[in-house]
Amino acid sequence: MSTFFLILILLLGFLITFQIAKASEYVGVLKGEKKNFEQNNRVNGFLMIVFLILGLIGVWWCNELFRGKILGESASVHGQQIDTMLYITITITGIVFVITQILLFWFAYKYQFNEKRKAHYFPHDNRLEVVWTVVPAIALTVLVGFGLFYWFRITGDAPADSLQIEVTGKQFGWIFRYPGKDGVFGKKYYQNISDKDNNSLGLLWDDANTHDDVVVTNEMYVEVNKPVKLIVNSRDVIHDVGLAEFRQKIDAVPGTPTTMWFIPKFTTEEAKKSHNNPDFQYEISCDQMCGKGHYTMRGVVTVVTHEQYLLWLAKQKPNYVQVFPDKDPSAPAKAADSTKTAATPVDAAKKLVAQK
Amino acid sequence: MSNEATLHGHPEVVTTHDAHHDEHGVHHHKETFITKYVFSQDHKMISKQFLITGMIWAIIGGLMSVLFRLQLGYPDAHFQFLEDLLGSKWAKGGQIQPEFYYALVTMHGTILVFFVLTGGLSGTFANFLIPLQIGARDMASPLMNMLSYWFFLLSSVIMFCSLFVETGPASGGWTTYPPLSALGDASDGSKTGMDLWIVAMAMFVVSSLLGNLNYISTILNLRTKGMSMTRLPLTVWALFFTAILGVLSFPVLLSGLILLLFDRHAGTSFYLSDIFIASTQKALPNEGGSAILYQHLFWFLGHPEVYIIILPAMGLVSEVMSINARKPIFGYMAMVGSMFAIAILAFLVWAHHMFVTGLNPFLGSVFVLLTLLIAVPSAIKVFNWLTTLWRGNIRFTPAMLFAIGFVSTFISGGLTGIFLGNSTLDISLHDTYFVIAHFHIVMGVSGILGMFAGIYHWFPKMYGRYMNNTLAYIHFWVTLIGAYLIFWPMHYEGLAGMPRRYMDYSNWVQFNQFGGLNQFISTVAIITFAVQLLFVFNFFYSIFKGRRVMSRNPWNATTLEWTAPIRPGHGNWPGEIPEVHRWPYDYAKDGADFIPQTEPLGSHESAH
Repeated sequence: MSTFFLILILLLGFLITFQIAKASEYVGVLKGEKKNFEQNNRVNGFLMIVFLILGLIGVWWCNELFRGKILGESASVHGQQIDTMLYITITITGIVFVITQILLFWFAYKYQFNEKRKAHYFPHDNRLEVVWTVVPAIALTVLVGFGLFYWFRITGDAPADSLQIEVTGKQFGWIFRYPGKDGVFGKKYYQNISDKDNNSLGLLWDDANTHDDVVVTNEMYVEVNKPVKLIVNSRDVIHDVGLAEFRQKIDAVPGTPTTMWFIPKFTTEEAKKSHNNPDFQYEISCDQMCGKGHYTMRGVVTVVTHEQYLLWLAKQKPNYVQVFPDKDPSAPAKAADSTKTAATPVDAAKKLVAQK
Repeated sequence: MSNEATLHGHPEVVTTHDAHHDEHGVHHHKETFITKYVFSQDHKMISKQFLITGMIWAIIGGLMSVLFRLQLGYPDAHFQFLEDLLGSKWAKGGQIQPEFYYALVTMHGTILVFFVLTGGLSGTFANFLIPLQIGARDMASPLMNMLSYWFFLLSSVIMFCSLFVETGPASGGWTTYPPLSALGDASDGSKTGMDLWIVAMAMFVVSSLLGNLNYISTILNLRTKGMSMTRLPLTVWALFFTAILGVLSFPVLLSGLILLLFDRHAGTSFYLSDIFIASTQKALPNEGGSAILYQHLFWFLGHPEVYIIILPAMGLVSEVMSINARKPIFGYMAMVGSMFAIAILAFLVWAHHMFVTGLNPFLGSVFVLLTLLIAVPSAIKVFNWLTTLWRGNIRFTPAMLFAIGFVSTFISGGLTGIFLGNSTLDISLHDTYFVIAHFHIVMGVSGILGMFAGIYHWFPKMYGRYMNNTLAYIHFWVTLIGAYLIFWPMHYEGLAGMPRRYMDYSNWVQFNQFGGLNQFISTVAIITFAVQLLFVFNFFYSIFKGRRVMSRNPWNATTLEWTAPIRPGHGNWPGEIPEVHRWPYDYAKDGADFIPQTEPLGSHESAH
């Protein structure tokens, strides 16, 4: 019923507007075309300057309103560089925006029709054209220069001591794989994938390197202040690992692994305090349309200290052990022990091979 | 030339105009209702067919945006009327279902980009203005021109039908990236709906090729005596570059879609590799394909496509602005040159849509450079428009208002392109609301404002009547203010990393702070849409009841279309086609308000 009334009101509104418009046209004819034109012109010229002033105030007000709501300090070192680039770009384009919009609406207002004025015949001026070819070109060169400087730093190779995590997107969730003590990801083949058999990545159990690979879903643990390198895959359609707080993003493409790396600056606990929100979490959003559950494809990055990370990792059972509980190569106590004692991942790997 | 010969289909009677026109009156052939209004070969009628089809599409596409804005603004509300209207499959309990939401955004994009802003915009004005402004009786091939419209309509009908198939229309986004669009098991919209989408787009490409080849050959071959290329109005230049872009880029889209069709039905692996489908628990046999290949093929059209939309708008705006500022467009050659530069660069920037696909960073850097280069010709155009206004004597006709609005939104949207074209920033901003804000302002709003400028300006030529001015003013101010209120705040959402194509943000800690803002945007969007209906009403009412045009040249313009009769018949000019003696922008020259192109140069006068 309310819908019906809404439509009725809307129709009435249309009708009234139309009648006014029609009446004003008749009035215009009565007043004389010239007078009517001049009056309309004055009104619209005035509205031009009103629009300019209110518009600029609105932009300023909008900035004030949302300053606190858009992301605060970036949570990664790369993100800081991106933010710097953002401020450089906002400054340059902001100046251009304000100047050109003012000129546009001010000219429109100032040079509105006046019987006494003759338009100025001014078809071209090569000096002016050169000026506004060269000046934008220089400004853009500056932006390209800064942009590429940061781009190559961000997309460059990850440091050798990075924590490596394999991220796999699927409809509609995230799977994370840690290489385990040997530091090597075991082989996998997508034809082996079987959710039923708890092998969500299709790991090849024949490859001993898979035996200590830890597979978890939805929540990814990383260490604060330690570079993280993500090797990103997809199991079905294209997804995208979006890390808004870290200002990072890379597509997950089936069949073509991609990589990205970053250095988290704060632990999740610290971020909860600085965001003043006890429920705060670093989220992974899927940023590439992937089907009807796209908007629910939420993952979490939990940033912890070095000790907390080791503790967490030690508690995880490798995928292999979950699938074949009887083939557990080491007692739980021993596994925890080896995390502490293994000097390097390579040593751990050697141990594993020897056991086989 | 052989203008009249093509028109009347008697190639054997090719003679010069002077000998020919007397015997051949314009209303020489008999016209029935069918040949005049339906299967018309008159470019003016075809242009109106494109325009009205485009307007119908715009209403449908706009209505879709109202529906999904309702969802975004009020994700928890139940709108009973939605269930009554759409049925319980798509709007269960009055709430839009995810499949339907994604179908809506996909079709909204497809419809607005292709059917409204390509078919509706350049289809309308290329058809209407090219022959009239270059002084031709019709297109080089009126038959091909007619077919171009009918393929467009066929494509429209197929796309429209796809809305009603049981599994829904295509729903993988207007870019239809595989594997999502290739696998029916991954998404319902990728079943029959996607096949229809591909077929409709194939028909659209055919239509576009027939039209564009015609536009190019008409502009190159059928210009009247004295109409050298440098005396063409900027509208015609813009439509010329648009047609070339279309001819070179649309076939690439078609090839990409055909490979997609093979992947869907013939078991090939162009785009597919290493896929396990969760819904069926099956691994597909396809290996070795590249999903990214499709994106290269798609954006090789997709990027020129945005210039296919914006160039005609630029041309219309240049023309309208010069006429209503009563002074020549500033820097005619610079305007042509910058459009040429844009047309070339349009082909060299496509991968800036793919910075985060894992593209080689070095390749990315090349595309950054080329992308930001486009800002230079764009800046030239903006400054030339500003200088055109400077010391003019401006008449705020509705068309002029829309032209000024176009420049404003083109600046705003163009500047945010500098953010996104810079790969470093794109890492953070890619596929967020910042992108939505950018392309809606620079392509959607600017394109449609340019189109409105064109419609209001040439409506008297199309129908011999005026549109209602008061409604037009209301339409303009609400549209401009509404567009800014809708899209400006989206930049902030984008800077906060809010991803696009989400139907509900309430479960996200990082993105749920914008609930109130989303409601505000939705409300403004609905009002702005309602005012567009006012325009549609004004348009159709004025066709029949508008104030009659009494003089041939109501705007005091210089170009040729205003030398034709108020309601020109097929063939445009009774008698001889006018001869051209000067460029089209002699306003305020030597104390004269304007000098038509047909006026010979005075003895002491120099060409511009």
